[in-house]
Amino acid sequence: MVCLVTFSVFRGSIQIFSYEGVIGFLTGTDWNAVEGRESFGALPYIVGTLASSAIAMVIGVPISLGIATFVSEMSPPRLAAPISFVIELLAAVPSIIYGLWALFVFRFWIRDLIEMPLYNAFHGSLPIFAKYPFGLDLFTAGIVLAIMIIPIISSICREVMRVVPNSQREAAYSLGATRWEAVRIAVFPYAKAGILGAAILGLGRAVGETILVTLVIGNVIGIAAIPTTLFSQSQTLSSLIANEFNEASSDLHLSALIGLGAVLLILTMIINIGARLLVRKMVKVPTGEKGRR
Amino acid sequence: MTVEEVMREEEAAVAGPIETTDRYKVVIKEINAWFGRKQALKNINLNIKDKSVTAFIGPSGCGKTTLIRCLNRMHEMTPNARVDGQVLVDGADIYDKSIDPVVVKRRVGMVFQKPNPFPTMSISDNVAAGLKLNGIKDKNLIAEVVEESLKGAALWEEVRTELEKPGMSLSGGQQQRLCIARALAMQPEVLLMDEPTSALDPLASSKIEELVRSLKEHVTIVIVTHNMQQAARVSDFTAFMYLGEMIEYGATSQIFKNPEKELTERYISGKFG
Repeated sequence: MVCLVTFSVFRGSIQIFSYEGVIGFLTGTDWNAVEGRESFGALPYIVGTLASSAIAMVIGVPISLGIATFVSEMSPPRLAAPISFVIELLAAVPSIIYGLWALFVFRFWIRDLIEMPLYNAFHGSLPIFAKYPFGLDLFTAGIVLAIMIIPIISSICREVMRVVPNSQREAAYSLGATRWEAVRIAVFPYAKAGILGAAILGLGRAVGETILVTLVIGNVIGIAAIPTTLFSQSQTLSSLIANEFNEASSDLHLSALIGLGAVLLILTMIINIGARLLVRKMVKVPTGEKGRR
Repeated sequence: MTVEEVMREEEAAVAGPIETTDRYKVVIKEINAWFGRKQALKNINLNIKDKSVTAFIGPSGCGKTTLIRCLNRMHEMTPNARVDGQVLVDGADIYDKSIDPVVVKRRVGMVFQKPNPFPTMSISDNVAAGLKLNGIKDKNLIAEVVEESLKGAALWEEVRTELEKPGMSLSGGQQQRLCIARALAMQPEVLLMDEPTSALDPLASSKIEELVRSLKEHVTIVIVTHNMQQAARVSDFTAFMYLGEMIEYGATSQIFKNPEKELTERYISGKFG
């Protein structure tokens, strides 16, 4: 199945790769589908994809870990069950719902409560805040992506932390660890592999997410889609495909869009393989002992 | 039997002078403990002598593990578990409101049924874990304490060249001695051992027993065991528990040779349990 998909995607993109050259397509910044003046470059959307996912991870992973830690280690059981239930419910909400909510409601909150204050405080001193915020931009996309992946990452992290054997916690307590110290020296290290795995799963979702991003990222094309500030409009690989697929005017245009798909496919593979290597390098997998469930 | 009577018995048994309560390292006073609504310990009174080994024996579910876990305030960490009563360590009640349970655990160390080294830490980091929690950063001091503790746990000779290897690379018995070293690094005054050999083979068990006998020169040891022979081999005093009650307590030789209570006699001779 994977081979079939990969094969189709690459066959569809042969035309664009031979027209622009592989390097040319990857590093090009123009995007012009007008007949006779065709020029297609994927670089801005690669950057947009990586940037929006990075923002989502930076915001989403710590919050997810916090939620998981609270539910699994800190909260009284009476509180843990309903919180877990709500989080799992949120994980099941389709991304278009998050996207619509972000488009009609949440982006104004982000603009007024986060972006404007940051802009007012730092637009002179920090280049990443230098653009007057509009609400439909890279930052909004990153935050909404974070909101989308938090339920997934936190529910997996919670499961991973729950199977840490109680004897590990007690070992820490018996050395005079506080509840938080026990989490830090006994639970986190034991659960590290699983936590990283959860983060990678979240990253995969964020990189590939289409419709939600399309609704809030501003959808600019060409060189303008390379974000110069946090509040710039941008575009991701998948959002551009979604935006233009319906109205692809020529075979070459269509092939360029499929080419973006090929790039996205490779990008996700690189991220996954890289992450797997990272996990293998960082984690000595604990053996023995059953969890407390 | 009242506390005083038990004390007198015990003193008679070791033929020492009558001592007052403040000469005891640990004094357990009217401890009751519950899991939810189920009462696990019923009005336990017991005095534990300094630098001695005291064994808790009894059939499964008799409350011996619960009792040992009351001595460092570990019992109350279990959800819905509750304790009532006093445990005096050097005359000060560890259940006093002004006492931080975290500090209690630093003075009263614990070793568990199954070896539980931290799997992602090296051997030396495992031993140093408690020191680091206490904010000790001096590398020389840490190295010194690690060596001392590993020597104290009779593990130093076996691991001195591989301190940076993961703790999980050791055998089960070595892991348990690593856990003992980890507890010793805190320089506890009392060391609680909850069936420390139940997951080990006989050879590893006998090493731990040997260790227990040598450790009592420096630290007061309370050991829970399923194994009566083990209690007889390592302990100076033995407490027999049944269904959450302290049935009999005295010098080990007396408990095993001529127990007062019929129940104790029957348990010792293997008629139930």
